[in-house]
Amino acid sequence: MNDMTPVKATTPKDWETDQEVRWCPGCGDYAILKAVQRTMPEIGGTPENTVFISGIGCSSRFPYYMETYGFHTIHGRAPAVATGVKLANPDLDVWIITGDGDALSIGGNHTMHLLRRNLDCQIMLFNNEIYGLTKGQYSPTSRVGTNSPSTPYGSVDRPATPCAFALGSGARFVARGFDVSKNLPEVLNAAHAHRGAAFIEIFQNCIVYNKDVFEDFAAPKGADGHQLWLRNGEPMLFGSEKSGGTKGIALDNVGLTLKVVDVVDGDWQRAGVIVHDVTNRSLAHMLVEMPFGEFPMALGVLYDDPRPTFNDAVIAQNESASAGKAPDLGKLLAKGQTWTVAEGHPEI
Amino acid sequence: MRPAYPPIVFLTLQCAANGIRRKGNKVAIKDGLERMATAFKDEQTSGHTPVQSDAVVVRFAGDSGDGMQLTGGQFTLSSALAGNDFATFPDFPAEIRAPIGTLFGVSAFQINFGSSAIDTAGDQPDVLIAMNPAALKTNVGSLREGGLIIADTGEFNQRNLDKAKYTTNPFEDGSLAKWQVLAFDISALTLEAVKPFGMGNKDALRCKNMWTLGLALWMFDRDRQPIIDWLNAKFAKNQVLADANIAALNAGHAYGETAELAGPLKQYHVDAAPAPAGLYRTVTGAESISYGLVAGAQLAGLKMFFGGYPITPASAILHHLSRLKEYGITTFQAEDEIAAICSAIGASYAGQLGVTSSSGPGIALKGEAMGLAIMTELPLVIVNSQRGGPSTGLPTKTEQSDLYQAVYGRNGDAPMPVIAARSPVDCFDCAVEAVRIAVEYMTPVMLLTDGYIANAAEPWLVPDLEEYTPFPVEFLESVPEDGFKPYSRDHKLKRPWVKPGTPGLLHRIGGIEKEVDTGHINYAPANHQAMTDIRSAKVNNVADSIPDQIVEQGAAGAKLAVVGWGSTYGPIKQAVRRKRAEGVDVAHVHIRHIWPMPKNMAELLKSFDKIIVPEMNTGQLKTILRDQFLVDAQPVNKVSGQPFTIAEIEAAIGSAL
Repeated sequence: MNDMTPVKATTPKDWETDQEVRWCPGCGDYAILKAVQRTMPEIGGTPENTVFISGIGCSSRFPYYMETYGFHTIHGRAPAVATGVKLANPDLDVWIITGDGDALSIGGNHTMHLLRRNLDCQIMLFNNEIYGLTKGQYSPTSRVGTNSPSTPYGSVDRPATPCAFALGSGARFVARGFDVSKNLPEVLNAAHAHRGAAFIEIFQNCIVYNKDVFEDFAAPKGADGHQLWLRNGEPMLFGSEKSGGTKGIALDNVGLTLKVVDVVDGDWQRAGVIVHDVTNRSLAHMLVEMPFGEFPMALGVLYDDPRPTFNDAVIAQNESASAGKAPDLGKLLAKGQTWTVAEGHPEI
Repeated sequence: MRPAYPPIVFLTLQCAANGIRRKGNKVAIKDGLERMATAFKDEQTSGHTPVQSDAVVVRFAGDSGDGMQLTGGQFTLSSALAGNDFATFPDFPAEIRAPIGTLFGVSAFQINFGSSAIDTAGDQPDVLIAMNPAALKTNVGSLREGGLIIADTGEFNQRNLDKAKYTTNPFEDGSLAKWQVLAFDISALTLEAVKPFGMGNKDALRCKNMWTLGLALWMFDRDRQPIIDWLNAKFAKNQVLADANIAALNAGHAYGETAELAGPLKQYHVDAAPAPAGLYRTVTGAESISYGLVAGAQLAGLKMFFGGYPITPASAILHHLSRLKEYGITTFQAEDEIAAICSAIGASYAGQLGVTSSSGPGIALKGEAMGLAIMTELPLVIVNSQRGGPSTGLPTKTEQSDLYQAVYGRNGDAPMPVIAARSPVDCFDCAVEAVRIAVEYMTPVMLLTDGYIANAAEPWLVPDLEEYTPFPVEFLESVPEDGFKPYSRDHKLKRPWVKPGTPGLLHRIGGIEKEVDTGHINYAPANHQAMTDIRSAKVNNVADSIPDQIVEQGAAGAKLAVVGWGSTYGPIKQAVRRKRAEGVDVAHVHIRHIWPMPKNMAELLKSFDKIIVPEMNTGQLKTILRDQFLVDAQPVNKVSGQPFTIAEIEAAIGSAL
């Protein structure tokens, strides 16, 4: 990301504001806030060069609680505001905070184009599969059959998969984490280290309107059997003796799909377990679509393969197009189809 | 290339002076010859001396593929070089290449040029150049009685007559009797002129517009060389095309010279118009706004960020600014109108001058974001090049029907300064003014123009930038003595502008109601009342920085005031001038600052016995005047997608008194 020389090392405390946090007691957002405040000193950030930009929703209150510059914008539009901020001042470290409704419903278009353009920023999508701030309507990530005030007989439309949407939009960094995971700062570190748009889906527990929908994989009990933490260059292993044995993810060479294999005596190579390569886009597509239940939940950095950023390209073109040209508005106005009326010509 | 209909009144041109019979130049002259005397007031009969004329209105009309806008544009250049004052009116369809020959595919360009001040593109053309039946059919109705029709008979075949829904040939059925008609085979003459260049028929016929332009240049006693230079530059990479077009231009010109001696074709000379000395150029509203925004940013000492999304007729501003990167301008073609304004707001937040531009439908989409800019009190310029509405409406036609949207069109009590440009040239100063208000009051500002102003061109005395007073922005860069409060205010009620990246001034802003001074979230009843009052008072304070409303013609206390805004300026000015010359006690007031209005407006309006408000809408400024000043403003409305004519305003003045 940006080359910033911290004046002094910060502590997580330096990134807390004096504002009273207004999320529901027990909300997953508290844990995410703590994880971000822990991450900022680790990445060597400076508060004045950091901007948190959000849309509308519970998650989007986030900037008020970060002792940085912050802009709580309007529903779905944070990526557009962030684009203007970053193009106007590329030295700023821009973080977008959004939710499943904000980023994928009302703001889906902006999310898509921000990823396609590859603006250098981090996008943290808090996915709780529900509209919290408007009191519990189903969202574009809610599972089929979700009962909510607007779907009293259950929702009938299929949910979007945020990471698949991001990859399909051209994202060059896609990661997943969840609110209370101790690994979240590590994922955020990797996102920040990626130069370009870094998309992070964070499963977040809405304890009021959609409580514990992620418990199947997020609960500490049995976690190692349900969570596949991906690390570049390491085999895709999960589970333990406690959860019924070590398992791995392998490629079904016939169907060209992923499959779960048992790893006997730790010999994962013999079992054909895939070694994670964050630059493998095809693999990333399979990982984001891996159905939970039959498979563990893929977490961590799924994909990381940088490309030139939009802001760099815009600024480079601004510079190359300006090279050797002295801006002189007076001369510019006097160009084109001109003629001179001489002194002595009759005046109006 | 012979006409496909039986020509009934074809006179073979005889050059009366020398008796030489020329082939190919056939002139169809209907029985309007006796009306020639009314063609132009300064009719004269002698041979080669051009007829003097004060002002002439010419309308070029053809298929949208015929290059009429290009022809008109070059004719405009020639008028400028001849020192005439002028105003143009490009009138083209929304379709890029409508089916050839259809009525809806007609593209027209009207120019009014003269030896005295010209403020409108002219009520009625004196000359109509019609390149096909559809062009004749859609435009002849506006031609002045006795005016001249020049038509290309090469296109008047049965197929094209059918497409134009002519059941009979207009040259034969007497329907053109009240005009003079000069109909001949321009297509064939063009083919003949470009024959030496060995082009295919299709390409050769593309030179028709230059042939026609050549004839027009002859008619109005114009120098061909600038157009020849332009053609050589335009086709620098294809000399054959350049030569063919020049040959066509010359042939059209030569035709005029030889055909003059019989028939209605005459040469006219329009003297140079009086004008202050200096360097002039032609400028369209879109160009003028673009340059004004650049000047405004320079006067403010800011870089500019322009977020735009393609929409007719506003895109030209995006196009112009995209080429001016060396002026510290970043242009961003966003994914939609909302992203365009939101990115501009983001850039303003980061310390640049955020600008966005659109037309009615796009402005509607930007509404919520304007509210955000009002709530966060960030400078922003929003340009609305109005077009006919509602919905998609009439994309290429002009209207002034977004005034309510500009003044009232947002959720909540969301006051925002609104200013309106009256002409292409005026766009420059209005753009500078919009930037000034935005940065001096930390507020979004809407600048209204319209499709007519955006596309129309007029002569512009190139301004001396030294004459503009700079208004440099000062960012807050350190903690003030009494502490930093993001929503503290100066005497104008402006809040400080702090760029992210500034140490010691970290703060958060957003669309939720702010606490007075601190800017923290605050929903308390008294606080919302206070903040609503502050936002309103701040925008009202803009009136302290604008000049008193002047009376353009006439004086306060007149029997009747014609109060206008925007592009109705030209026809109102001329109509009031004419009526005053007749001794009518009528005044013209033209409002640039729509919101807030100049401080003397109430007193001024109340001084008139009667007020009429001509607008290209159903009475929007009229409503605002009544609301703000309790005056009996009477509406004069036109929503045809066409500008007011001078005669329409004259009639309205007449019936009001």
